Amino acid sequence: MAEEELDKDKRRFVLTAATVTATGAASVAAAVPFVASMMPSERAKAAGAPVEVDLSKLEPGQKMIVEWRGKPVWIVRRTPDMLKMVKADDERVADPKSESSVQPTYAKNEFRSLKPEYLVLVGICTHLGCSPVDRMAAEPQPFASDWHGGFYCPCHGSLFDLAGRVYKNKPAPDNLTVPPYKFVGDTKLVIGEDTQGA
Amino acid sequence: MMKTIKAFLVLLCLLPALACAVEAELKLDHAPIDPTDMASLQRGAATFVNYCLNCHSANYMRYNRLQDIGLNEQQIRDNLVFTGVKVGDLMKVAMDPVSAKEWFGTAPPDLTVIARSRSSHAGSGADWLYTYLRTFYRDPSRPSGWNNVVYPNVGMPHVLWQLQGEQVLKEAREQGEGYMRTVQKLALDKPGTLKPNEYDRLVADLVNYMSYMSEPARHQRVVVGLYTLLVIFVLIALAYALKKSFWRDVH
Amino acid sequence: MAATKKMPVTGAGPFNGILTWVDQRFPLISMWKEHASEYYAPKNFNFWYYFGSLAALVLVIQILTGIFLTMHYKPDAAQAFASVEYIMRDVPWGWLIRYMHSTGASFFFIVVYLHMFRGMMYGSYRTPRELIWIIGMLIYLVLMAEAFFGYLLPWGQMSFWGAQVIVNLFDALPFIGEPLALWIRGDYVVSDATLNRFFSFHVIAIPLVLVGLVGAHIMALHEVGSNNPDGIEIKKNLGPDGHPLDGIPFHPYYTVKDTLGVMVFLAIFAIVMFFMPELGGYFLEYNNFIPADPLKTPPHIAPVWYFTPYYSILRATTDEFMIVLAIAVVAYGILVWRTPAWRKGRLPAVAIVALLVAAFLTIEAKVWGVVFMGVSVMIFFLLPWLDLSPVKSIRYKGSLFKTALGLFVVVFLVLGYYGTQPVTDLGTRISQICTLLYFAFFLLMPWYSRMDRTLPEPARLT
Repeated sequence: MAEEELDKDKRRFVLTAATVTATGAASVAAAVPFVASMMPSERAKAAGAPVEVDLSKLEPGQKMIVEWRGKPVWIVRRTPDMLKMVKADDERVADPKSESSVQPTYAKNEFRSLKPEYLVLVGICTHLGCSPVDRMAAEPQPFASDWHGGFYCPCHGSLFDLAGRVYKNKPAPDNLTVPPYKFVGDTKLVIGEDTQGA
Repeated sequence: MMKTIKAFLVLLCLLPALACAVEAELKLDHAPIDPTDMASLQRGAATFVNYCLNCHSANYMRYNRLQDIGLNEQQIRDNLVFTGVKVGDLMKVAMDPVSAKEWFGTAPPDLTVIARSRSSHAGSGADWLYTYLRTFYRDPSRPSGWNNVVYPNVGMPHVLWQLQGEQVLKEAREQGEGYMRTVQKLALDKPGTLKPNEYDRLVADLVNYMSYMSEPARHQRVVVGLYTLLVIFVLIALAYALKKSFWRDVH
Repeated sequence: MAATKKMPVTGAGPFNGILTWVDQRFPLISMWKEHASEYYAPKNFNFWYYFGSLAALVLVIQILTGIFLTMHYKPDAAQAFASVEYIMRDVPWGWLIRYMHSTGASFFFIVVYLHMFRGMMYGSYRTPRELIWIIGMLIYLVLMAEAFFGYLLPWGQMSFWGAQVIVNLFDALPFIGEPLALWIRGDYVVSDATLNRFFSFHVIAIPLVLVGLVGAHIMALHEVGSNNPDGIEIKKNLGPDGHPLDGIPFHPYYTVKDTLGVMVFLAIFAIVMFFMPELGGYFLEYNNFIPADPLKTPPHIAPVWYFTPYYSILRATTDEFMIVLAIAVVAYGILVWRTPAWRKGRLPAVAIVALLVAAFLTIEAKVWGVVFMGVSVMIFFLLPWLDLSPVKSIRYKGSLFKTALGLFVVVFLVLGYYGTQPVTDLGTRISQICTLLYFAFFLLMPWYSRMDRTLPEPARLT
């Protein structure tokens, strides 16, 4: 009799454990669609689709801004003088080799770009998200007497060079982000897509 | 007393059947569509984009969703999308709705879910569309010159007339049961570029596509449903065993 | 501190410590005991007793799916329809959440009707459970409001015109009708203003009320204890331990049994939701796939299936029918006159009959249609006082009551069917007969429930 009791209890325990486990697993599976529904929808993805840019009207030394995924993307057509300034900034910037910043592999180089002539950056300060203003001319500025050209963030004073690299001892922790991009011919740029399938 | 009441109850239950006899129902042809036939769906998509999107919109359908029917983004871009439109965009209409209302009397309705809205007791929405697109006939009294058997006095002209040819409604006197009656039948007056069975095939493909477009998730819904039921049946078995085990105490 | 003097929790293994800590600060263990592990329920609950817990389950499903739908739905007349299609196509798994919500809405009413029917069969509304019944009826009313407001949200043709027709019903009321309808709509016709406020009611105002009422419903139930298919009070036979001899603790017996009920229900729910979510146009109406057009009325406007019995009663009330009703009221007055128990009520009864007959024959049928539709729902509240049978459960009632209840079910279904159909002469006739039978079920109950030959109730559960 006692053995039957034990068996019954054991059976109940096993059945309860099995049912609870199965129901738990099924509940997790049932939760998946709900959680997934909060991921970007097709509409959000379409709005975040790659953007085509026509470079034919961009003069050397000029900058244009396009919107991609709701963010400002800067395209600067750098002159040879500007590139010289970038080379001279290695000592001034906190992360000259772009070790900790976000950029595709083809932008982890001296000029942080696919082609030295064109700089493509996400124009959002890596500190707290303001959009830095242009100070591309290499002339004395209130914040730096020996300015080599670049960008100045008015919110908390971070400085970036003409390759988007952040200056030492400034609030911003990283160089400006470089988005994925690729060239289509010589005069067209596609931002948001690159040949590596980003 | 009880017997009368019971008889009355039984009779009462049969009454609803009467209602079916009273209504004059629209007879629809059955649409010969196979929702798993990718080739048919692709042909239908091409017909839709080329003939329908000029006046109608499909504002809730994205071009890149057509990957469901076996096309890749490049194929969609090359064959189905107009210039300037991105593959992730919605199928918007070329025509301005205000002008459309002026020309047709009413703005052409959006077609994304038309196959769901046209379902009825007479048949599925696909059946309605299939019959509708094959029963246009020449009618000089209408502004567009066309009328339709399924949708009398419709504002839409017979967009596919060059393919089907021109039908007319012919009246004939027929012998009924002990009386003469006038019957109207559709007859092909001028043939089009497609033979009747080819045209029917084109319409079937188009309707197949529109049926898919009205609910692109349908296939996924059925597949997920089968897996879900499987899981629930396992849970029922476990819950039943658990219940039985505990309730042995009570009985 | 009295709380810290409580016995520490034992038997929960590694959780003993934390449970004791909580229990000293929140009546967790006492609530668990009072409402689950030591709540004694009758041991003979049958199939009809699943529907209470299932109704609670469907409420949770609706709230959960509703929360996620609200993340993507746009309560704006220009965007609402499109936002529903956006959910069906562009939101990952949006189609599943939408179908769950639409299927859940219809299943909510199926479950609630079966739950109410259980009450009518076993006399669950009889004393001391009248308040449980009243709260339950309030839940039913609030649920109907919730469904009505929710149905406008997709902004399809049926949504729009259904709301237009129902709000116009309020217009029919004398004097207050027009300003009332204007106030409800926030506009001269159902419009964006109406949609926005119906959204507010549907998403937050009414769900809060519903959850509160459901809590009250269960509290009232636990205060007196559950009824059972035999209709006898199990608390009359207590064992030496103070618990009813015919009772078993809710946990684990009914938690386990209700789990099985939930699984079977989910299977049926899943079959409908995944394989036939439209259910022939009854769960998702075909016309609602056309965006609302204030300038084009669809050929047949019908409310959703769960409202159709009452809609039938509304439409059955024609000028002709008012004459029949006037006669019926006089007959009822005669019945009251001839009943000895009602001697004292004779004069007031005559006065009321005279007033009603006058009102029936002067005020237009359109108004009465609305009134009777309302009365046909509200009359359920009176059941505890209309049923004068000496026994509670149908098991021990006679053939009069059984016939009456059976007939009521048939009448309800027939009225429901005709409510979905366009108006025909035959349909109107049948609806009128059914309306008379519907009200007769309630209004004659004091007589037939007493005349009925009942069987003796057993002392213990069978």
